[in-house]
Amino acid sequence: MRKQIVAVALGIALSVSALAIEVGQSAPEIQLPGRSGAIKLSELKGKAVYLDFWASWCGPCKQSFPWMNEMQAKYGAKGLQVLAVNLDQKPEDATGFLQQTKVDFLIAMDPVGQSAQKYNVKGMPSSLLIGRDGKVTVVHTGFNAASKAELERAIVAALEAGK
Amino acid sequence: MKALQRIALGLALSAAALAASGCASITPVRPWEKGILAKPEMTFEGDTLDLMFTEHILASREGAAGGTGAGGGGCGCY
Repeated sequence: MRKQIVAVALGIALSVSALAIEVGQSAPEIQLPGRSGAIKLSELKGKAVYLDFWASWCGPCKQSFPWMNEMQAKYGAKGLQVLAVNLDQKPEDATGFLQQTKVDFLIAMDPVGQSAQKYNVKGMPSSLLIGRDGKVTVVHTGFNAASKAELERAIVAALEAGK
Repeated sequence: MKALQRIALGLALSAAALAASGCASITPVRPWEKGILAKPEMTFEGDTLDLMFTEHILASREGAAGGTGAGGGGCGCY
């Protein structure tokens, strides 16, 4: 009887998904193959990192690419690095998309979704802003016109904060 | 008689425990795994505009979102 209760409790505990990433928490490590060589998040410490989770089938993700290019161009010299982690389960979908899209920032490939699991991605696209100290300053889901202004303000703040 | 009842209760309880732990092993499709669900042929209706209207009505009248294909805008946001 007691064993059964323990089993039920264990089942419930296991079904509760991993905890969400919260603001102020240090960003979990990401180590993935990129387009030219391996990408390690911890190596970008000292820079503000705009971390984006995307897939080729996701419409809003597509819309965010020109904006991410713009942000990289505008704030790259000031210490911003945009890192977009691809979560396509078929890597060829991603390469097809990347051939047609201008990308001026880092791309990491994660077909298994291990990083998404680590960051407990709740929707596509999901993005996080990581300060120069490696701590998460913003967690954002989705992408639309309203996101742009909000995220740019956060980027400026993150770049200022680490000076 | 009492012993029989106890056995029956035990059986019922273990069945319930089994059923409950069975649910725990079902992992929902994660947001980043919705690539196939996001395909247009996975929606209930053929016409995107029609689907958008339906979605709008459901969202504004019932406060419901998602459930058609991969979510609101086909982006798996929900």
